[in-house]
Amino acid sequence: MNSRIVCIAFNTFREAVRDRVLYNLIAFAVLLSGASILVGEISIDIERLVVVNLGLTAVSLFGVVIAIFIGIGLVSKEIERRTLYTVLSRPVRRWEFVVGKFFGLTGTLVVNTFFMALGVFLALLYVAHKFEKMDVWVLAALYFIVLQFLIVCALALFFSSFSTPLMSAVFTFALFVIGSLADDLRGFARITHGAGGWLATAIAYLVPNFSALNVINLVAHGDPVPGSLILYNTLYALLYSAMAVSGAVLIFQRRNLK
Amino acid sequence: MAAIEILDLEKSYLVGFWRKRPRLALRPLRLTIEEGEVFGFLGPNGAGKTTTLKLLMGLVFPTAGTARLLGCAMDDPRVKSQIGFLPEQPYFYDHLSARELLNYYAQLSGVPAKGRSARVEQMLARVGLSDSAGMQLRKFSKGMLQRVGLAQAILHDPKLVFLDEPMSGLDPMGRREVRDLIQQLRSEGKTVFFSTHILSDAEALCDRVGVIHQGELRGVGAVAELTSGKQGKVEIVFYAPEQKVPLALTGLGAEARISGDMVNAVLPEAQQEAALDVLRRERIKLISLTPVRSSLEEYYIQKLRPSPDATEAGREEADRKGAGA
Repeated sequence: MNSRIVCIAFNTFREAVRDRVLYNLIAFAVLLSGASILVGEISIDIERLVVVNLGLTAVSLFGVVIAIFIGIGLVSKEIERRTLYTVLSRPVRRWEFVVGKFFGLTGTLVVNTFFMALGVFLALLYVAHKFEKMDVWVLAALYFIVLQFLIVCALALFFSSFSTPLMSAVFTFALFVIGSLADDLRGFARITHGAGGWLATAIAYLVPNFSALNVINLVAHGDPVPGSLILYNTLYALLYSAMAVSGAVLIFQRRNLK
Repeated sequence: MAAIEILDLEKSYLVGFWRKRPRLALRPLRLTIEEGEVFGFLGPNGAGKTTTLKLLMGLVFPTAGTARLLGCAMDDPRVKSQIGFLPEQPYFYDHLSARELLNYYAQLSGVPAKGRSARVEQMLARVGLSDSAGMQLRKFSKGMLQRVGLAQAILHDPKLVFLDEPMSGLDPMGRREVRDLIQQLRSEGKTVFFSTHILSDAEALCDRVGVIHQGELRGVGAVAELTSGKQGKVEIVFYAPEQKVPLALTGLGAEARISGDMVNAVLPEAQQEAALDVLRRERIKLISLTPVRSSLEEYYIQKLRPSPDATEAGREEADRKGAGA
């Protein structure tokens, strides 16, 4: 990869780490492990299901919140503080800056997810006393959660390339919520006819399909994740993120830094 | 070869919420700066100095016109490795230390890994920050940040250095250090383009200056020429322990100022001999007599005044032109 992109990505990662985001998450992981003790006390026979459901949902929500809050400031904060001036006056192309920022944030989220996943597995070990073969699917669910973060980061970056941080947060979170209901939206589109049907279909396919990336319930019951789903979801997330980052690049290329 | 060739560079912004109207920030600017020259870009706040620098750095896009830097188009990425830029009131990544920041910029500028650390340390020493190199920038004072800014601008040994208000916010010692640094850059053969509204700095450092006001370049000239022109007046300094100015001298049109037991009197050159006769007659001790020369300040103020040909109608015409572009 281009060395300037690596350099910008590493600096973004370093900035996020030094902003103590990771420390909060490690605290979260410890709290989650502690909470599982309580869950173990009050649930009979379904401890594993509750811990996997609770743990993975928390990982997903915390990660999305972090992705949005760091993502919306990635470009706008640099413009507002004028730190961008000394970067773009060097042999750095604007697209390299945007792509570097994107990789830096996704890198941060992968590390965050690693620590939070550690908390989930510790809690699982506590309630079940041992790991089982089906626990490997929890890893697949975590991988899908990382793919969700990839899309959320790209969307936050896209909105922040032309909008204020607050509006970017609102747009990204709204898309996350709508995207989490993408299956229902597609179902609705199928039973609607005429112009409304066309509109519903367009929206259903335009918003990111986060519901396809949510297999938490499946793995909580110990069911396997099909290999084809892993492949399709990977391709979908990569394509969707690439399109959102490309959109951010196109807008940022033309932007005047007042 | 010209280091900077600005060819009718122009910038207007759209302002207003519903009905967007163009506001001209920079009227067509044509300017050439030769290699090795120290050029001062003078003007009051909001004159268009920073807009010009941002256009040259590719931070904003021109409405019309272009520029060539070191013989290349200004948007050519290759030229960026030969350019150093210090923005006005710089703000850097405050989670980094000065050393980490310079390393980051050195990597982005393509400074080879071998010798990069040595180069960073050399720059830190050059701006007097070796002792605080490991401290996070959030703990730096404004003056220290300005030094970091200067270090990052010259870190990769650029041929062309742009400095936007490099002395702003600095104490007298800091200003002196920045002056010394610009002098050093000149002696190394670098081209320096800096914007300022501190005229004494420009007078001390620049080979040439340009005055910009309301987005329009009002004049360009060599500092040596601008400050050597005679004004047809002489300044007489004489000893006056009684702190009185002879009436006869006032009658010759002298404007006198008493300072302690001395008087400074400025009068037309034609009255010089008559004034000296008055002093001889009154047995007053003459200290000095010097011709009054133009100062950069006078040139600056003269250029800031609206010129007779730049009428309001002419301006409106230019605004319309900006809107059309």
